[in-house]
Amino acid sequence: MIYDIAVLGGGPAGMAAAAEAAQRGARVVLLEESAAPGGQVYRAPPAGFTVPPDADSRAGDALRATLRQSGAEVRTGCRVWGVGGGPLVPMDTQAAPFRLDALAPDGQSFAVQARALVLCAGTHERIIAFPGWTLPGVLGLAAATILLKAHGMLPGRRVVVAGAGPLLYAVAAKLLKAGAEVPAVVDLAHSREWARALPALAVRPDLLARGLLWRAQMLARGVRVVSGARIAAAAGGEALERVLVGDTWIDCDALCIGHGLVPATEATRAFRAAHRYAAEAGGWVPVLDGDQRCSVPFLYAAGDGAGVRGAAAAPASGRLAVLAALHDLGMLPDHAGARAAPARDFARAAKAGGAMARMMALRPALVQAIPPETIVCRCEGVTRAEIEAACADGAADMNQMKQFTRCGMGPCQGRLCGETAAELVAMHCGGRERAGFATGRLPLRPVAMDALLGDFDYADIPVPNAAPI
Amino acid sequence: MFDVAVIGAGVMGCSTALFLARAGMKVVLLDRGAICREASGVNAGTLTMQMTRAALIPYALRAHEMWLRMPEWCDGGHVLATGCPGLSVAFTEHEAAMLEERAHFRRQAGAPIELVTPARAREIEPGLSDRVIAAGHCPIDGFTSAYLTGRAFRPALLNAGVELRENCGVHGIKPGFAVETAAGVVQAKRIVLAGGVWLQDMAAWLGVTLPIKVLVNQLVVTERMPQVMRTVLGVASGLLSLKQYANGSVLIGGGWQGIGDRARGGLAVKPESFLGNVRLAAHTVPALRDARVVRAWLGLEAETADALPAIGPIPGIDDAWIIGSVHSGYTSGPYLGKLLAQAICGEAPELPLFPIDRLLAQEKAA
Ligand SMILES: Cc1cc2nc3c(=O)[nH]c(=O)nc-3n(C[C@H](O)[C@H](O)[C@H](O)COP(=O)(O)OP(=O)(O)OC[C@H]3O[C@@H](n4cnc5c(N)ncnc54)[C@H](O)[C@@H]3O)c2cc1C
Ligand SMILES: Cc1cc2nc3c(=O)[nH]c(=O)nc-3n(C[C@H](O)[C@H](O)[C@H](O)COP(=O)(O)OP(=O)(O)OC[C@H]3O[C@@H](n4cnc5c(N)ncnc54)[C@H](O)[C@@H]3O)c2cc1C
Repeated sequence: MIYDIAVLGGGPAGMAAAAEAAQRGARVVLLEESAAPGGQVYRAPPAGFTVPPDADSRAGDALRATLRQSGAEVRTGCRVWGVGGGPLVPMDTQAAPFRLDALAPDGQSFAVQARALVLCAGTHERIIAFPGWTLPGVLGLAAATILLKAHGMLPGRRVVVAGAGPLLYAVAAKLLKAGAEVPAVVDLAHSREWARALPALAVRPDLLARGLLWRAQMLARGVRVVSGARIAAAAGGEALERVLVGDTWIDCDALCIGHGLVPATEATRAFRAAHRYAAEAGGWVPVLDGDQRCSVPFLYAAGDGAGVRGAAAAPASGRLAVLAALHDLGMLPDHAGARAAPARDFARAAKAGGAMARMMALRPALVQAIPPETIVCRCEGVTRAEIEAACADGAADMNQMKQFTRCGMGPCQGRLCGETAAELVAMHCGGRERAGFATGRLPLRPVAMDALLGDFDYADIPVPNAAPI
Repeated sequence: MFDVAVIGAGVMGCSTALFLARAGMKVVLLDRGAICREASGVNAGTLTMQMTRAALIPYALRAHEMWLRMPEWCDGGHVLATGCPGLSVAFTEHEAAMLEERAHFRRQAGAPIELVTPARAREIEPGLSDRVIAAGHCPIDGFTSAYLTGRAFRPALLNAGVELRENCGVHGIKPGFAVETAAGVVQAKRIVLAGGVWLQDMAAWLGVTLPIKVLVNQLVVTERMPQVMRTVLGVASGLLSLKQYANGSVLIGGGWQGIGDRARGGLAVKPESFLGNVRLAAHTVPALRDARVVRAWLGLEAETADALPAIGPIPGIDDAWIIGSVHSGYTSGPYLGKLLAQAICGEAPELPLFPIDRLLAQEKAA
């Protein structure tokens, strides 16, 4: 069966997209790798766990309920590892349906096909390398939220929280609530940056109120908030024992750190969609029209994966994407009418989201401060000095730097090191646009051979004709 | 005015340029992208005799030696070349017969291939499946990390005085020669076309019709894993190449075809080729079932009408030369570049070239 629309990713963008499409009568399938839809911000706790409800969990539950009632086919626990079809067909061949290959919860691989594809893959976290960042006990803010939100677990007893953006305070507040000690919150932003962001945030009084509440909690609990500062180093024997802020070492057994969010563009890159570098939206993003259409026909991107605009804006952009898809498929006569409300919602929410995204944008000074011997690519053990040596040897873009060093060739395929590495290359070649990005290839995530292989006989293998002798 | 303009900085262009410059010529090497970022930087790096066409064995043997000793002739540049035995295996009677026939031709051409029993094959390669019924064993085999090729050649080229111009695409050549590039005209007394699958377009600039077929070869690499094999493995038909690098990753190739073309490059895997290739690999080395695939990619390989190389003078145009379309061309590349440089310098090459007159005649007849 060929679906009208497939949605990759079940965060707020994907949930809203799939629900909207199903409500309008489309055959739609949503694939989400977590056990339940929700995404980063509305992550559902695993079955059997109960986490006390808060504003996020209530908003998440509401979106999940709408999705359930919409009749969309929702396949959770399904990690998409392959994308194909669409423009990825031989020359002079008509565009094909899109194809997603995914692993089912039982570990087997399956494929779905759809006439239009809406990508709502969200973001991954940016962590700019610093000495000691690979020590056990150092983890991303995203990983920390997963522990806290989904499992009700603490990353440590004495936890320093550092980096950029509102996530800092969200994580610190959740840590405090869950009983951890938080000796310091180390915020890259100066207080005046927050002050500048306030007017934009005022359009979302709910967010503003929550942020103020978080800060008040910090102060009440005696948490030291260090503004305009960074973690200069992390140190310890087997695992993290302390972090350096300015010239002060702070003892801790966990460091939650994040330097912003980077749109997940693995799939749009694999489809060879046009991209542009937009530092204030998190990095490379697909080029979109005002309705979330990519440069590739019948391909759409929404939510933070299309440029970081935050959780409140994500559902509206998901709806815009799917309305455009329905229109392009000839299934929505009154597109202009249908899009008006989500377009308005999106514009409003994106204003606040944009202000937050700007605070989370990459700060080149962090990269400049990395000492030469610091590991940048932890999968392959590549240091800053090695990356710069490759640039000196003529690597003038990300793909060639990768070839010359193996940086980004490991299991994370550059998701972790890519931002640091790209800034280093950019410093040599004259900017991120020139440095470009690694070509998008399959699999989107490492995939177990066993899951691909299935049971087979030798006779099942379509060995092509022998090469000439 | 340069003595020679070499167009295309893959392994063919780089080695030709290097040996020309070492022979005293003033050389410019032009590429529309970065050095060795097409076939020569993305290939499987297998230095095997058992996939090489019989006619190319004498060249491949000499080139194999060059790769293993690359630092000596390339100013320390290297591609982590590793020598090891190679096995080509058969799972069916039909393949066993093919194996025997092919080993015979290659042995005649000078490759020291012997047929061995399955038991002996598993002594040489303990990772091998027990479903193998026959194997060809060649002690001269090996592999490189092809992604290092550009980095290996670059300093040597510069030291030899080659003017390397990357991101400098050529779009035409006028007699004389005036090589038209995005950054202006480059004057040269001689030209060498070394454009991989784009040789067809390059020949057309000179009014020469030379059809070049495009193969879209797929490769798949795994995450690092404990040692599962220690040789280079192939199958009788040539549709598998398998090896494990020192870092533990296993590279799965063999020329399965994906989606792509000259204009768009290697675009995407075909699901059935992807599955077929990894199944064949796991059928050959069962421990690969425990691997995790981390990346699959595609590169473009050139092939002439008779699947033999295009290396020599371009008929009817003085001082214009061509090099490329070599089956398993990475293996033979450095030696072929050296041969062509000898010919361009007016010496008799150590081994014969592969002039393209035969291909043009065929084209005319058609
Ligand atoms: C750790 C963290 C905490 C945050 N906390 C807050 C907060 O408290 N308040 C706030 O306003 N914003 C928060 N944000 C920002 C917020 O998450 C995003 O703005 C919002 O979730 C974006 O929605 P989305 O649908 O675009 O992406 P996401 O919510 O990230 O959803 C993407 C979904 O796609 C799925 N997916 C991705 N790739 C695949 C694949 N290959 N196969 C299958 N599924 C896939 C993921 O599992 C995920 O569920 C947080 C972000 C992060 C990273
Ligand atoms: C995936 C794959 C796996 C392979 N595996 C093996 C193997 O294991 N062992 C083996 O021996 N061989 C292998 N091969 C074959 C081998 O890679 C090639 O034969 C060899 O690299 C060809 O080298 P080349 O220099 O002729 O072409 P290329 O490396 O393709 O170089 C051609 C150059 O010309 C440049 N160019 C094109 N147009 C222009 C223009 N208009 N102006 C300027 N420059 C231009 C290109 O940018 C390119 O750099 C494989 C090939 C592929 C694709």
